[in-house]
Amino acid sequence: MPNDHRPKLGSTIAIQKPVFNTLLARLREAGYQTIGPCIKNDTLVYDSIESINELPYGYISEQNAGHFRLIQAGHKNYFDVIPGAQSWKQFLFPPRVDLFALRKNDKGWETITPPLDAPAYAFIGVRACELAAIQIQDRIFMRDDFNDPIYRNRRKRAFILSVDCSNPAGTCFCVSMGTGPRVKGGFDLNLTELDDVFLLTIGSELALGLVSDLPFEDASAFMLSTAERIMDNAAKKMGRSLDISDLPELILKNLDDPYWQEIGSRCLSCANCTQVCPTCFCWDALDHMSLNGLETSRERVWDSCFNPGYSYQAGGNTRPTISSRYRQWLSHKLGTWEQQNGTLGCVGCGRCITWCPAEIDLTKEISILRKEASK
Amino acid sequence: MITSSTDQSVETNTNHLLEPHWAEITAITPEIEGVSTYWLKFTDPLEQAAYSFQPGQFNMVYVPGFGEAAISICSDSQDRSLIGHSIRFVGNVTHAISRLKVGDVVGLRGPFGTSWPVKQMEGKDVFIACGGIGLPPLRPALYHIIRNREKYGKVTLLYGARTASDLMYTNEYDSWREANIDVQVTVDRGDSSWNGRIGVVPMWFYNFRIDPRKTAVLTCGPEIMIRFVIFEALARRVPPESIYVSLERNMKCGQGSCGHCQLGPYFICKDGPVFRFDALQPFFNVEEF
Repeated sequence: MPNDHRPKLGSTIAIQKPVFNTLLARLREAGYQTIGPCIKNDTLVYDSIESINELPYGYISEQNAGHFRLIQAGHKNYFDVIPGAQSWKQFLFPPRVDLFALRKNDKGWETITPPLDAPAYAFIGVRACELAAIQIQDRIFMRDDFNDPIYRNRRKRAFILSVDCSNPAGTCFCVSMGTGPRVKGGFDLNLTELDDVFLLTIGSELALGLVSDLPFEDASAFMLSTAERIMDNAAKKMGRSLDISDLPELILKNLDDPYWQEIGSRCLSCANCTQVCPTCFCWDALDHMSLNGLETSRERVWDSCFNPGYSYQAGGNTRPTISSRYRQWLSHKLGTWEQQNGTLGCVGCGRCITWCPAEIDLTKEISILRKEASK
Repeated sequence: MITSSTDQSVETNTNHLLEPHWAEITAITPEIEGVSTYWLKFTDPLEQAAYSFQPGQFNMVYVPGFGEAAISICSDSQDRSLIGHSIRFVGNVTHAISRLKVGDVVGLRGPFGTSWPVKQMEGKDVFIACGGIGLPPLRPALYHIIRNREKYGKVTLLYGARTASDLMYTNEYDSWREANIDVQVTVDRGDSSWNGRIGVVPMWFYNFRIDPRKTAVLTCGPEIMIRFVIFEALARRVPPESIYVSLERNMKCGQGSCGHCQLGPYFICKDGPVFRFDALQPFFNVEEF
């Protein structure tokens, strides 16, 4: 495909699939760790990848409440598998991160600040729902009045190669949440996978520089209409749906509904939903002190509103029952989050449904609550 | 469709999250059984000079190896030389504080949170109803009122504790009375040495003459007391917009990030601890919320 012109910002080009390796190599040359979906120890994770051959080619994931199976379906696509428990959250908001260490001296405590560890990540294959989740966490961690240096330094360096979802799984409901399956913005490069080529839409100057001398052709009208058709089909294949009309009001007006206790009787308070949720942001700070009492290090770790200690304070636990903790999680995620941040806290990725060992499905619970409330 | 291009620079100098500022314990005043006031001063004089707070705000107090606790500031906001914290030894961090001595240092971050509406209350009567360890966060408001006494109408402090020996700051009541604060004290259980009021705060609240149209009610204390004070105040037709309450919950950051102190849409550390009651009303009677 000889080509005498160069791609433009905002334009969509087509590359042959093997050319993707050149793009990955360029990103690495530019100092990025290229992170993408790959299969490790029999499960789908986000980890370092260097070649297109490490992508889960031919795989799909079968997902349902409390159910995840990785299946080699023999198709010819690299990006057709809906992600597993991991999300990009673990890179931008690390599950454990050292804040500082302290060493006792004769005057008090000397603070030892660790060198700022801000790897440059290139995220390969960010789904529309996942990109929406990153944008939601941006509002949490990069507010005017609270700007988290750990998140900010990782986030602003991150290169985002997003991907349009062609094959949603059984617990997906991004259409209901208005986040997918098509990526709408906020990417450096967006990829749509067709049978023979990858379509790449160029979203940033940085991406433009990286792709400008790749062998490419302009996306033809046929390719673009094929992509359109794939997306339209994907939108019809959602495994779940959620009626979000008046959702915060529905929940906040029914906080006393006995149905919360019914859910609480099934919930194990295991916190899986909050750990796999790409928007859940709660954290704790822990001290680790040496046995001689002369050194301590402070670290930030993920926390969860399902942990019994989460709302514990002198005088008792604000939420001693599992039903009150489940209600806190759901009424925050689909209710009070909107007042805090201007959007709901759910992007419709379905992870909390898939990874719930008790098969609790928030789409089902909300529809039951809706019926209960209308009685 | 277009993003601003990715910024590849790394900040080399960032304010690290939760990093404490060190303050020395200059004095410790035992108050009642299990409660002492710690008088703190930043070890860096510039930090001390730059520090100021509003009545009702709190600091995160840190003991290395044990962690942080949110503690309201109980000292005079106009006294820039020292920061006072009355601390009840009840949890992991506060027990660690109880073992510290004058000259030891603690970490401080703050001040955080909202404050008592001392400006908005000008021209009004003020009724302060508090119990037990709920008085310390209100003391800076009392100091402010006393210093600007002519700006307020009738000012009443109704304060209750379990027993006479659980009453905080008893040596100051006379000076408050001299400043024309009607200080009324009650205890849940009296003994032979007590000849004052007996009974819980909300019960006595009912006995005071208040003008609901021009009275601001401030309350802090045990949750059950707060509930009944508010119940009584509303029954007396005090509008929710004139009732202010200070709440507490488990806090880790003080900046509305860690999530722990949420109450409905609010982060108590950032949107509180002082709330105008109308903001809390929809959630106030929801159990375990």
